[in-house]
Amino acid sequence: MKKINSKQLLGWSMAALFGSITGTSCVPVKEYQKNKLNDAEMALGNRKSEKTELNFQSYREGASGANGGKTGGGCGCN
Amino acid sequence: MKRIFLSAAALFSLCHSFAQVKDSSGFASRKLKLEEVNFVSSYYHQNGNNSPVTGGIGTQKLSDFANVLDVRLIKFDRKLRKNSFDLEVGIDHYSSASSDKIDLKANSSASYSDTRVYPSVSWTRENEKKGSSVGIGLSSSTEFDYQSFGANLNFSRKTKNRNGEFSAKLQAYVDQVKLVLPVELRTGGGGGDDDDDYRTKGRNSFSGSLSYSQIVNKELQVAIVTDAVYQTGYLSMPFYRVYFKDGSVQKETLPDTRFKLPLGVRANYFAGDKLIIRSFYRFYRDSWGLTAHTASIELPVKLNAFLSISPFYRFYSQQGVKYFAPYGQHTAQDEFYTSNYDLSTFNSHFVGLGIRTAPPKGVFNNRHINMLEIRYGYYKKNIDMNAQSLTLHVKFK
Repeated sequence: MKKINSKQLLGWSMAALFGSITGTSCVPVKEYQKNKLNDAEMALGNRKSEKTELNFQSYREGASGANGGKTGGGCGCN
Repeated sequence: MKRIFLSAAALFSLCHSFAQVKDSSGFASRKLKLEEVNFVSSYYHQNGNNSPVTGGIGTQKLSDFANVLDVRLIKFDRKLRKNSFDLEVGIDHYSSASSDKIDLKANSSASYSDTRVYPSVSWTRENEKKGSSVGIGLSSSTEFDYQSFGANLNFSRKTKNRNGEFSAKLQAYVDQVKLVLPVELRTGGGGGDDDDDYRTKGRNSFSGSLSYSQIVNKELQVAIVTDAVYQTGYLSMPFYRVYFKDGSVQKETLPDTRFKLPLGVRANYFAGDKLIIRSFYRFYRDSWGLTAHTASIELPVKLNAFLSISPFYRFYSQQGVKYFAPYGQHTAQDEFYTSNYDLSTFNSHFVGLGIRTAPPKGVFNNRHINMLEIRYGYYKKNIDMNAQSLTLHVKFK
């Protein structure tokens, strides 16, 4: 039987977590019920203060994109 | 620092002075008005011993001081569509011990430090009635050895019940890399102090991004994001050395095309009344053989309605590119070669804490200072490299 390494385990765990979340049937939420969802900390994007962190990570790591930061180009980074 | 802060305050006052037009009718004002001003200042410092400038050995000591100021203006048009105009300028100043080694005999040469300036402008038109928006943006970035121009186009549309949103974005960067070679590899002309002495090569990047976000219930929302990125042109760094088994040295040489495909998912959950769970996972693969996993979690805790602390942790793991080998390991048979450890196999951990306050009467009782946030992070790779960053974000309204 093929052995699963820790990275594959992390990937499958995240996929399972996301699948179980989205698999839950969505409940329609009215505008007046969105007080928690509209909290500044609940925003699905990055904080502005994370911009410089994403910048150094795009220089120091080979992967980039899908996180609101640089996707490549625009700087001397990877 | 003080000068930058005073400049931000002066710009804010200027914008605020012409934004004082209120619509007495109770409807949205059609005058151009200031929405917010954000100022982000960050200090980053790193240490390590795998500098690509010296072939994968030697100091990576580097400090970077970055400041970004952005101003958002809004205007409603006759159809009551909201038009947002974002003007942003960023200035980074860095000093790097390894860049100094472009000339191995140098100590504090011209390449020891540099300044990057990156302004951008964007416009977005949002139709709240239809739940859609379109936007365009232009950007540039200039440093001594790199010039970039970028453009983007974006579109988004909410679902009928306003609980889901689809977004698409197209981006293009047209860049020029100045061929600053290691001193011992320079032949003939070029390589002087004057900008005109260096030849340049092009690097173009094109990306298409798709994302979909969905409200699951009153406490949970999720998003899935993917970017397809195609790069072409000179994708190496001209001053990165590679030492071969036979003792010879060459500049880094990598393929002139690269295709990247990252896929990310986010889930944010409001647990109870005080705790929020912000989570992110990304899988990445590219045509150079690099695969990576990124997972992060942030737990903002609301100490009261206006103050929160946010511990965060990020784990990153990558399988390096097939063209990487350490110092003195490449052979003449290799078509492509690099000793840049940022493209090698490694894991990294990033841990830190943020504090955010947004009191109703304003920070320090100044109603114009809407929000203040401070963030500290410690970054460590398992290949002898670490870094720290400290960021301040102030929002003016």
